Amino acid sequence: MYQLLKQIAKAGIVSEPAPQADPALRIIEQQLGELILEHFGRALAIRHVDAGSCNGCELEIHACNGPYYNLERLGIKFVASPRHADMLLVTGPVSRNMETALRRTWEATPDPKLVVALGDCGCTGGIFGESYASCGRISNVIPVDVAVPGCPPTPVRIMQGILTAITASGR
Amino acid sequence: MQLKKPAFEVQRIPGPMPASGATIKPEDLRSVCENARAQNARLVALWGSDEAERGGGYALHVALATPSGLLWLSVPLAREHPRYPGIADIFPAALRMQRAAYDLVGIHAQDSADHRKWLRHGAWPGGTFPLRKDFDAAARFAPSGDDYPFMKVGGEGVHEIPVGPVHAGTIEPGHFRFSIVGEKVLRLEERLGYKHKGIEKRFETMTLAEGAKLAGRVSGDSTVAYAWAYAMAVEGATGTEPPRRALALRGVLLELERIGNHLGDLGYLGNDVALAFGFYQFWRLKEDLLRLNAALFGHRYLMDLIVPGGVARDLPRNEGDRLVDRLERIQAEARTLKSIYEEHAGAQDRFITTGKVPPEIAERMGLTGLAGRASGQRHDLRVNHPIPPYEQVGVNIASHTRGDVAARVSVRFDEVFESVRLVQALLAQLPPGETLAPLAARPGAQRGVGWVEGWRGEVLIALETAGGDRIHRVHPHDPSWQNWPLLERSVLGNIVPDFPLINKSFNLSYSGHDL
Repeated sequence: MYQLLKQIAKAGIVSEPAPQADPALRIIEQQLGELILEHFGRALAIRHVDAGSCNGCELEIHACNGPYYNLERLGIKFVASPRHADMLLVTGPVSRNMETALRRTWEATPDPKLVVALGDCGCTGGIFGESYASCGRISNVIPVDVAVPGCPPTPVRIMQGILTAITASGR
Repeated sequence: MQLKKPAFEVQRIPGPMPASGATIKPEDLRSVCENARAQNARLVALWGSDEAERGGGYALHVALATPSGLLWLSVPLAREHPRYPGIADIFPAALRMQRAAYDLVGIHAQDSADHRKWLRHGAWPGGTFPLRKDFDAAARFAPSGDDYPFMKVGGEGVHEIPVGPVHAGTIEPGHFRFSIVGEKVLRLEERLGYKHKGIEKRFETMTLAEGAKLAGRVSGDSTVAYAWAYAMAVEGATGTEPPRRALALRGVLLELERIGNHLGDLGYLGNDVALAFGFYQFWRLKEDLLRLNAALFGHRYLMDLIVPGGVARDLPRNEGDRLVDRLERIQAEARTLKSIYEEHAGAQDRFITTGKVPPEIAERMGLTGLAGRASGQRHDLRVNHPIPPYEQVGVNIASHTRGDVAARVSVRFDEVFESVRLVQALLAQLPPGETLAPLAARPGAQRGVGWVEGWRGEVLIALETAGGDRIHRVHPHDPSWQNWPLLERSVLGNIVPDFPLINKSFNLSYSGHDL
């Protein structure tokens, strides 16, 4: 126990200041009223859906929950069910084998809801494109509010994407 | 035991890895496999191809790891009713691969115990086969129903828990069907294939050079291993000799990938036994490493650095010392964390005896990679076939015999420390010179093999070119194919709440498997 406490004290607090929202990531006009956004901004529940990624984007989502980025301190946390979620954070090109699951997850998420598409594949279909097995970009399957490019996008860009979605446009 | 002489002609496949190819008749397949199994061969991969454009029917391909190297068996099959005798009773890991080969190419394994579809869900109808050459990659089919008969477990008090494809955490999609009584798992059945996004078909529209980027995205967490395997296959097929400096840097990159993944998983293994301390500590160390990767090589996960011909980016001058210095610091902290894990009664209580795969079952079923080594299967390509740059530095294999979560934790720790040593050794004798050679060309159709010990296990790229810089067929094979069935086995008799822990101790790839 002594060693454990010593390690905690030695490591200290490494969390870095959170990034700002980036309006350039917004792809459609914000659908939500400002009041709701203010509410979301204080406690946002995210359901992550991997709709067919190479798993690179997942590595960076994990990193967001690590001590340097410490997403949870902003009141933003990942939840286990879409029914508890305000936002879907979706990666991949959408594989056709995941198309139904993604739609159902979106339908199970209560309104009002936000969708952030992650990664080059989520934004455009990426290197996998559209094919017999891939529907391509996320917005080909469900409506997307904010799209964050990158292969994979860095944790800072992912956080910016999430913050952009919960910031009213023009603010 | 007297070794039986092979009843077929073997041809060396050019490239650094000892690999040879042979064409055999379907009726000889089983005896060749039985003979190989008796001589301790392991199944690496099984896949199919359409040979119509080459004047043939179809072909089944089986890659075996023999003590002397990779043996790539090709079995030509008829155009009408292509079929072959199944080999899943000889190599159990072949079962799902045979099902996938049917779904994608339409070649049928006779006398197989399981003919259910595997990678095909509702995206394309039965009777159409995406990897046939006359199949249009851009084809769209109306989503059809996706009935899949799971095994039913009966008896009083038995019930099912269906999980996925969308999981509760940040995990890739797949379906797990638990049959349980009380808290105890009686049976787990996996259903995978949700991430199938047509990678193999995609390769066939690309040039050899373009394919490198796609290979690096078969499974993002193993991007270095795949990119290296792909580059190795292309270099073998084209007769390209990558510079020595590039080979040494590839070794550095592969070990950095291994360290990063092990650090992350060790953190999650702490998290899954309610030791959140472990998660935060290890993910701090992992982030330090990722930032170092970005600073030195321009990408946190080292994507697109290994390309056919060498590496796309050299290590900046004098940065080797910085890399060694940072790795030593990470290593020192990881040693402290190891002793904290080992002395933490709560963590050890959850790790020890949980999710066990005994060595005899691991051997029979073909468990591979780090999970295999934790169950007494002492195979590591860096040790078995030390090609440059590993021949200069020598790799100490990490292994364990208990086969439980604790053993997999132990192997991961040992591999972190060994990989730090390897990076130091490789940098200490980093050859000078160029890092990229132009791609050579060989006329006509060629074969290439890329075979690399990634952090999870052995990654195979089997390449056949179509002449020039075109691709006839690429089969990328992830070690997860072998290990997924053993995850089902390892949870038997465990309690449901230990499943996430057991799952994380393997940390298998869905994307690399689903293709």
